[in-house]
Amino acid sequence: MSKQRRNKFPGFGLSLGFAVFYLSLIVLIPLGALILNAASMSFSDFWRAVVSPRVLASYRLSFGASLVGASINMVFGLLVAWVLVRYRFPGRKILDALVDLPFALPTAVAGLSLTAIFSETGWVGKYLLPFGIKVAFTPLGIMVALTFIGLPFVVRAVQPVLEDLSSEPEEAASCLGASPFQTFTRVTLPSILPALFAGFAMAFARALGEYGSVVFISGNMPMKTEIAPLLIMTKLEQFDYAGATAIAVVMLAASFLLLLGINLLQRWSDQAERN
Amino acid sequence: MSTHMPAGVGPRLRKGESRAVRYVLIGIALVFLLFFLLLPLAAVFAHALEKGLSIYLQSFANAEVFSAIKLTILTAAVSVSCNLIFGIAAAWAIAKFEFPGKSILITLIEIPFAVSPVISGMVFVLLFGLQGFFGPWLAGHNIKILFAVPGIILATTFVTFPFVARELITLMRSQGRDEEEAAMVLGASGWRTFFHVTLPNIKWGLLYGIILCNARAMGEFGAVSVVSGHIRGLTNTMPLEVEILYNEYNFVAAFAVASLLALLAVVTLVAKSLVEWKMHSPERPVPELGEPRQ
Repeated sequence: MSKQRRNKFPGFGLSLGFAVFYLSLIVLIPLGALILNAASMSFSDFWRAVVSPRVLASYRLSFGASLVGASINMVFGLLVAWVLVRYRFPGRKILDALVDLPFALPTAVAGLSLTAIFSETGWVGKYLLPFGIKVAFTPLGIMVALTFIGLPFVVRAVQPVLEDLSSEPEEAASCLGASPFQTFTRVTLPSILPALFAGFAMAFARALGEYGSVVFISGNMPMKTEIAPLLIMTKLEQFDYAGATAIAVVMLAASFLLLLGINLLQRWSDQAERN
Repeated sequence: MSTHMPAGVGPRLRKGESRAVRYVLIGIALVFLLFFLLLPLAAVFAHALEKGLSIYLQSFANAEVFSAIKLTILTAAVSVSCNLIFGIAAAWAIAKFEFPGKSILITLIEIPFAVSPVISGMVFVLLFGLQGFFGPWLAGHNIKILFAVPGIILATTFVTFPFVARELITLMRSQGRDEEEAAMVLGASGWRTFFHVTLPNIKWGLLYGIILCNARAMGEFGAVSVVSGHIRGLTNTMPLEVEILYNEYNFVAAFAVASLLALLAVVTLVAKSLVEWKMHSPERPVPELGEPRQ
């Protein structure tokens, strides 16, 4: 493209200028305030805030429950994506639309509703109680909530890749005598693996930061069912900005690492698709 | 379109799973989705209507609930409008021009999706709180941002920041700038080209972004919870009102307000599906009807 032509196309300065200005105002400066606040802490203060037993317990719970939720979603998300793409059955379109419900339903509503369902008198909770299984107000409840809010990610990551997958390699495998299961594990799975991992990482990242649905169902007991975002909230309410900042910076670092990982996985996925 | 054949039609090409396996897989997926998605949705309405329709309706005849609804609509209207203008500007710059740092800009736009809602609210506390960077100055000039409506709008705007931009960047990049260039060669001004060529081309993508952005803006809980201060009748949005009513053991009212938000979610899903169908129908004039699939 010649330079002259590029210059004639209007709106570059205005659009980019406004976009960068607005991005700085809404996102970069506020996040900068957090980083600046953390940087003004001495390292020993920061370290003490991060490794206190209550904070460590909240990290363990947040990472552990998010891992469980994302893993459940990886298995069932792949299954749901497979069923939606490969099979035709009545109600498929409605089911497909329903998958996005966790994106559309406010997290507070999800938390409220799941708590009601899994409480000891709830629709599901009352059948679990005789077996001694309590979900609401236990770590199990947190896992249920995190599974719910992460549900669409794996499905939506795998679905388009599965749709665009050429059928020839599968047919070839089948002709060469592979069973459907062998065809799936040896031929199909490797080509959707990057998308599957990307979906898993997205569900994990979302679960890590989730607050709204968890506060309802978790019971919020320190050391037991207190997730890291809730601890940040508690510290803010006590005006312990330094403590809140320290926890937040660790969470933010984890999120950005995950974001980086997701971007790399998506690049890998695009390459896998092109090949 | 793949040429995947059902079992029986092309047995020599691809054996496929047996009928039993297929039904079992569909069954598991169905049970999983109904259990995790439909059950929570149904529970909201069932609990809201538990004590009858009149008590359900009475929940809304309450000044605090009414003001929460008003604040939610105001917040969503402002946040969505701001992010809409930003989304168009960012997509125009990114899709129509080449410049250094473009991929960094795209990554920066996505950042709010990676930040926990609580942290999204917290950054504004650090900026505008009494101990924050601008706190003393704001207090001196008697300007209230935190624990007031401006803070709620800011936090909501942060959380919903990427929705419209992300949708439009992908769409406008795929469209290129040939049509705009043609219009301008024919003598149209930049703005005229934008309103008569670009806007009609991106209207469905724009609407799609607005629908998603609005759903999140109206339903945001964590970020708003940090900055709101929970002043009833003044700084409570609908999701915050749900929490307060629940903590007061006023379950029917909590579920009644929640049912409005659940209704919003259902409307969002329907609208989203319609727009998706509109966006894809011109490219694929013949839907999958003719395909010999199971």
